[in-house]
Amino acid sequence: MLKPEIKNYVTPKHIRDYPTGPSFEAGHLVSINAGWRTFKPVVDINVCTGCYQCYLLCPDGAISKTDNKKIEFDYSFCKGCGVCAHECSFNAISMVKEELTK
Amino acid sequence: MVDIKKITAKNMTDKEFFFGHKACAGCGGSLAVRLAMKVFGEKTFAALPAGCMSAVGFIFPQMAFLNNAIISTFPGTGSMLSGMRAGLDALGFHDTHVVGFAGDGGTADIGLQALSGAIDRGDRIIYICYDNEAYMNTGVQKSGLTPYGTKTTTSPAGKNLSGAVTHKKNLFEIIAAHDIAYAATASVGYPQDYLNKLSKAARVNGTSYIHIYATCPTGWGTPTETSVSLAKEAVDCGLWYLAEYENSTFKINRKLTKPELLKEHLLKQGRFKHLTDEDIKVIESERDRKWERMLEKWG
Amino acid sequence: MKTQMSKQKVFISGDEAVALGVRLARPHVISAYPITPQTIVVERLSEMVEDGSLKARYIHVESEHSAMSAAMGASAVGARAFTATSSQGLLYMAEGMHYASGGRMPIVMMNANRSLALPWSIFGDHRDSLSMLDSGWIQVYVEDAQEALDMTIQAFRIAEDAAVLTPFMINLDGFILTHTYEIVDIPDQSKVDSFLPVFKTPNKMSLEKPKSMGFSTSPADNMEFKYQQHKAMLDAKDIIHSVDKEFGKTFGRSYGGMIDSYNCEDADYVLVTAGSVTGTARIAVDNLRSRGIKAGLVKLRYLRPFPDEEVRAAAGDVKAIGVLDKDISFGYEGTIFTNVNSALAHLSIRPVSINFIAGLGGRDISIKDIEGIYHDLEEAVTVGKDKSFAKVRYVNMGVEIDG
Repeated sequence: MLKPEIKNYVTPKHIRDYPTGPSFEAGHLVSINAGWRTFKPVVDINVCTGCYQCYLLCPDGAISKTDNKKIEFDYSFCKGCGVCAHECSFNAISMVKEELTK
Repeated sequence: MVDIKKITAKNMTDKEFFFGHKACAGCGGSLAVRLAMKVFGEKTFAALPAGCMSAVGFIFPQMAFLNNAIISTFPGTGSMLSGMRAGLDALGFHDTHVVGFAGDGGTADIGLQALSGAIDRGDRIIYICYDNEAYMNTGVQKSGLTPYGTKTTTSPAGKNLSGAVTHKKNLFEIIAAHDIAYAATASVGYPQDYLNKLSKAARVNGTSYIHIYATCPTGWGTPTETSVSLAKEAVDCGLWYLAEYENSTFKINRKLTKPELLKEHLLKQGRFKHLTDEDIKVIESERDRKWERMLEKWG
Repeated sequence: MKTQMSKQKVFISGDEAVALGVRLARPHVISAYPITPQTIVVERLSEMVEDGSLKARYIHVESEHSAMSAAMGASAVGARAFTATSSQGLLYMAEGMHYASGGRMPIVMMNANRSLALPWSIFGDHRDSLSMLDSGWIQVYVEDAQEALDMTIQAFRIAEDAAVLTPFMINLDGFILTHTYEIVDIPDQSKVDSFLPVFKTPNKMSLEKPKSMGFSTSPADNMEFKYQQHKAMLDAKDIIHSVDKEFGKTFGRSYGGMIDSYNCEDADYVLVTAGSVTGTARIAVDNLRSRGIKAGLVKLRYLRPFPDEEVRAAAGDVKAIGVLDKDISFGYEGTIFTNVNSALAHLSIRPVSINFIAGLGGRDISIKDIEGIYHDLEEAVTVGKDKSFAKVRYVNMGVEIDG
């Protein structure tokens, strides 16, 4: 598993449902960050050279390498900061306003 | 030293170890932590004091670290790391990394004593300071690593003062003065240099320290997309520097390339917008003094 | 001092008894910072590490805050951790103490009870540990070097119990206990090994099941974790009793669990004490008994969890109860007195209760002083009804005070 998946978290009903002290399963995710975005990055696969600078520099790890040596975004966790688009030496990534893409 | 294969964007693990965190968009600190964890891997036991990265990574029930990690007390990162190392060694888990991620305040101010103790003992731990130049998590207050002229919520810029009145504490040299096994400065603007230094730190048989300059769009008043370029520019114009301390010797990794960028670099950040030409001269002369000294002594 | 010896008696100080107890408990990590009068504990432990008779990592930390922080780091990876401190050092640990109990880290700590500055004093009273009464640590107060050693072993067993998982503080009166030499029986290592199994906790990091520890909660979850701590501390009472009983069966010594009462069965006047002054009070009780005064004594062994039921059972029906506090909560009364009164408040008919503040900053408490306390109790019952009788009285003041 390269990244954790969202868990279905059931709110505790009894004190026993809580962990003993503040100690919990690592990588336990219950919520995504998609709602943070105003702009979302969109990659032009034809321009992308697979240099992976965007992958390297994403503060959220929301970019993955694909089998065809390109990249793809994990829109559940991309916060839309735009570092990827700004750092792309080939202008392969553009930031698109969220409303327009819905 | 053994020739180690360089870790790069192309060959690094696809696994993410710091993921789903609630850091602000464009956070340089979270990038520093993410990359470090990709170099250190799953056999890493991390401690993070109160600060941005602990605040955004451990909000029950959302846990952003995939490796073992714990929030330490604010002053106690260095000592908690020592305890973890001692415990792991006592239990036979030698083939592990013990890593701390602390902010500038947690390192240069409240955590300095415990860090000094850990370095003095030579404990096999890696300490990473992500320096965003103020207490960001609590709302941008001045720390010992806040540079001269910075407007923070406790060093306001007004009629009488132009923000912070002291220069950045010279922490890298304070750390090196312990004759630490390995220390380096880095910047999220120079990621490959950082990756190389992380790889080195992971192989040190003793204490290692990396001080990484990490942009904070929220606290600096900068666009989120410039987090990497701004951190690069800071190095290029000499406000930050890339250096190492190894075998009791300092080394500058990158020369001052674009000193003329200073004013432009400062004025594009909200925290420096108020600076007068006179203020900028103070910053410039301090930069020049520092570089002159570094080049003379380490060059 | 060899580890593998048959049952043996040695002449050692309270501090040394603690160090020997720690060695028998086989901790993985010791992190400590020196402070008078705890120093002998850490000196002996570092000698044991040096000579190889104790296979532990000794971390020379640069402060008490780091001592506690390092102990927590060790505990978080599943190692058994010990530290020791006193007075100002304990207060410097304050942040870590709440942290360790909140993190459910069963660290064991020895505290050499010492006064708090200002004014500076290296001598004993209970103001240091009592000011940390709300830090979520189990607190035991021992009376002599033997109890100090035995409780060090019991401490790990109780703290690490799955129902407890709460840090444990063993209190020894500074100098009076830490530096006084007594004959102490040293238990067999093999017996200790079977009494105190290898440390296991669900609350640790592991490579198989990585953990996020020491996390933050929103207001929606925080109270539940605090309730858990409270419940674990209450549940510790049963464990304290059963561990003490099992200790008795294994080693031939037990201490009565939460309290140790002396001549309380038919007593009219009972004094409540904690720590080494109990030994002096026993002699006073014997003297008073020989004069026909029905004096009794309750030694509070534990202050957290608090032995409320035990206090009511032992002294609930006496005529007057005195509480000796080596402490004062300025502007009110001694902290132990507050706790004892709160336990007595559950009774429909309550005995007269009076607080005796004594021994602050190492002031001597003599047998005569304690006999005087019983005399005051008697007077409070016989004449106290008619005149106002100060509820909080200072014992053995060197000068006259008004009121």
